[in-house]
Amino acid sequence: MAESFVPSEGALSFQPPGFSGDVPREKPEPGPLLRGFRAALGRLGPALLPWTLPLAVIVLWQTAASLGLLSSRVLPAPSDVSLAFWRTLQDGSLVSNILVSTRRALIGLAIGGGIGFALGVANAMWRPAETALDSTLQMLRNVPHLAIIPLVILWFGIDEEAKIFLVAIGVAFPIYLNTFHGIRTVDRGLIEMARVYGLSPAPLFFRVILPGALPSILVGLRYALGIMWLTLIVAETISSTSGIGYMTMNAREFLQTDVVVLGVIAYALLGKLADSLTRALEQRTLAWHPAYASNREAAR
Amino acid sequence: MMEVFAPNAAAFPAQETVQETAQETAQETVQGETRKPASAIRGWHGAAVRLDGVVKAFGERPVLRRLDLDIPAGQFLAVVGRSGGGKSTLMRLVAGLEPATAGTVSVGGEKVSGLVPQVRLLFQDARLVPWQRILQNVGIARGPGWQETARTALHDVGLADRGHEWPFVLSGGQKQRVALARALVSHPAVLLLDEPFGALDALTRIEMHALTERIWRERGFTVILITHDVTEAVALADRVIVLREGEIALDLPIDLPRPRRESSAAAGALHEQILAAV
Repeated sequence: MAESFVPSEGALSFQPPGFSGDVPREKPEPGPLLRGFRAALGRLGPALLPWTLPLAVIVLWQTAASLGLLSSRVLPAPSDVSLAFWRTLQDGSLVSNILVSTRRALIGLAIGGGIGFALGVANAMWRPAETALDSTLQMLRNVPHLAIIPLVILWFGIDEEAKIFLVAIGVAFPIYLNTFHGIRTVDRGLIEMARVYGLSPAPLFFRVILPGALPSILVGLRYALGIMWLTLIVAETISSTSGIGYMTMNAREFLQTDVVVLGVIAYALLGKLADSLTRALEQRTLAWHPAYASNREAAR
Repeated sequence: MMEVFAPNAAAFPAQETVQETAQETAQETVQGETRKPASAIRGWHGAAVRLDGVVKAFGERPVLRRLDLDIPAGQFLAVVGRSGGGKSTLMRLVAGLEPATAGTVSVGGEKVSGLVPQVRLLFQDARLVPWQRILQNVGIARGPGWQETARTALHDVGLADRGHEWPFVLSGGQKQRVALARALVSHPAVLLLDEPFGALDALTRIEMHALTERIWRERGFTVILITHDVTEAVALADRVIVLREGEIALDLPIDLPRPRRESSAAAGALHEQILAAV
């Protein structure tokens, strides 16, 4: 690893694969078709670039499987996973399981996120609440919430409540912490200004404090989304009769490694989707922020 | 060149030649803009501010010691002094941001206890809310018909066409203009200026002086300007007081005709007198 960072002569002359800086020198007169293709590539490039690595991994993986270097018992080929995808899509089990999992995830997020947000606001704005609650919350926060799965099963059985409860606990803390921190770090000067200029508590909160805390709250949300899926996988794997976690667990019983991998990929894509939605939310709500404004300019 | 733009450059007499040239440019602006008679806009008025034996201490440390001060309605008062001399504390007491330890502060004949709606404060940093557009910042309190009044106020400070933008695109001077517009929206009877021009470069500062003076002459509110720039105080104020260690060390009327040329001999003499007291 370390050698690649030494600026030796070889490293300096290395050009990344996508880098087309010296291509025109080799072919000084590209045809109009090629030029159009290149222009299209230039426009799509920034959008496609993040997907290069996953695609490369898939190509390598398929090659290894086709050459028999990789046993399908260990890791099924991407083509097998695609077939499993088609099969589960046709019998409807994939969609219904994804919907079930998503529903659980979102309900858990709404409950846990709501509680975390409310506690964050209360404790950041009102000292007595902080004194009364913060130590307790810090203690609970440091308990790995998956450790209480046995208890949760005893309390709720393997019904929906168990999964939703676990997700809610998992997401509450990152949102609590970041809401608290966000509100506490809103510029005191702005709050003082708003008071001098006659803002009463509600407008002060919605016009000054909450938007000021929003960047931090959204960071909390992104953390929470990661934890949300993680918790749900574990919960569904351990105790469930539906959902992606159940689908993969069930497939393991029948040695359907392709379905297992499909489930993993579904989680990855759902996680990515959630993250992209949060980013879009950031772009929208933080348009006033020079960093986001310049990003948007650059993307145009 | 660098020194010209350094804040407080004007506080050092050695740079006066530079100041003069810059001042002449500003003088033209002032003359062009002050054709309206004073208090041209009806319904606007200043309020008298009175301090009676005001003491303010933070813990054991007294910041203001028995301050008596009478500011008639419509006066432009400058408070000069070193850092830690109690200037900002005085301002926070008048705004009602902090209670006096002893004595009374009154605005328009009413004792101050808590925030006073007819007093507006311009801070050293403009304190625009970054996530509100400029027009929304000006109308931050959202009174009835706020958009119209905010637009008028923005027009008054020369930023009529910037209302839809985010504050971060503005320069320091423009931000202070927006802050001034925000203060004007509520028709204040007293305007407190807490070194709002301190962080601006020399030329922008002179522009802001002209703007502030024009608006003050049109509306006739009372102004208390906190500054450690003696030149600024002499250029703008009817009266300068020097606060030193929580006491008034000098109370000096400035009877120079407006618009002012600070290069005049009279201004120079006043300048010397104030500096000696600081």
